[in-house]
Amino acid sequence: MSYILIFISAVFVNNIVLSQFLGICPFLGVSKKIDTALGMSGAVAFVMTIATIFTYIIQKFVLEPFNIGFLQTITFILIIAALVQLVEIILKKVSPALYQALGVFLPLITTNCAILGVAILVVQKDMNMIESVVFAISTAIGFGLALILFAGIREQLSMVKLPKGMEGTPISLLTAGLLAMAFMGFAGIVK
Amino acid sequence: MSKNSNLQVFLNGIIKENPTFVLILGMCPTLATTTSAINGLSMGLATTFVLLGSNVVISLLKNIIPDKVRIPAFIVVIATFVSVVEMSMQAYLPALYESLGLFIPLIVVNCIVLGRAEAFAAKNNVLRSALDGLGMGLGFSMALTLLGAARELLGTGKIFGLNIFPDKYGMLLFVLAPGAFIALGYLIAIVNKLKKA
Repeated sequence: MSYILIFISAVFVNNIVLSQFLGICPFLGVSKKIDTALGMSGAVAFVMTIATIFTYIIQKFVLEPFNIGFLQTITFILIIAALVQLVEIILKKVSPALYQALGVFLPLITTNCAILGVAILVVQKDMNMIESVVFAISTAIGFGLALILFAGIREQLSMVKLPKGMEGTPISLLTAGLLAMAFMGFAGIVK
Repeated sequence: MSKNSNLQVFLNGIIKENPTFVLILGMCPTLATTTSAINGLSMGLATTFVLLGSNVVISLLKNIIPDKVRIPAFIVVIATFVSVVEMSMQAYLPALYESLGLFIPLIVVNCIVLGRAEAFAAKNNVLRSALDGLGMGLGFSMALTLLGAARELLGTGKIFGLNIFPDKYGMLLFVLAPGAFIALGYLIAIVNKLKKA
């Protein structure tokens, strides 16, 4: 039951992009087409899950026993950067098709604050291993949902005539604001 | 270097290439921490410190760091400064640390910091890098304070905690998540309009 709660909470109620403001850069950057949005969310889901597992293990078995929690930020970001590189190399060998699909998005992920954010959140919320993995996957699904919805709206928006000064970022931000308002309707389902 | 061009480097980040309004970088902390003017200002100043520190150190080390591993090396330098900010804030300003929360460690992945390290500090001398870091940081702080003040005023009727109008006329929406997107959208639209005029 609690896993279902974590899932609903991460996907709808506390959506990572629209209510936590993590991962806004890719949200605004790669949401012009549904195809690229799909690719990006796939890559994020992949890296987020693996990164959370690794950072969780490091936190529990290295940082905490040796009492060096102050190195958390440095360690986590290095693990994520190294993982992204590793995933890229392995995918290239094992599954060239998947690598082709995710290729361009992988290097961008290192600077996606959602990944580091989830890794730190899991530690702050004191979750156990399975909860962390469920949380990471649900968060990634929430990210993908927001990204794909937004890309769909933006595809339509590109055909609209806008007042000068509103084109580009401002109108995207306003659209995101309306989308966030819609997601606020889920508030209260889960505490 | 003439004094004039140093001044230009400094002003560049504040006006012409303002990281928030013109370059549209570092959106996550911009949207998340600007629930009030004071939160926006503190986030801006924390980022300014990291920018200044990392720009100086990276421009000092630019000839030692091998080209191939420069990005990981930059990230380590940045993460060090972020940890310094994080721990000092936790020790001296615990209330502020609570309200900014997760976004202090996340300065590491703020694109502005890495972007300036790569685009400016890795190519320029220490003085110019320091000025660039300071200018970019202040530009970022200014934008965050402005956005924070706008959201605080519209949401609760206050600026920096001072009452401007009774808070029953405030629109709570502007303190919540959607208001962040909408307020920033309009601010950037106004800046765009002013630039063209």
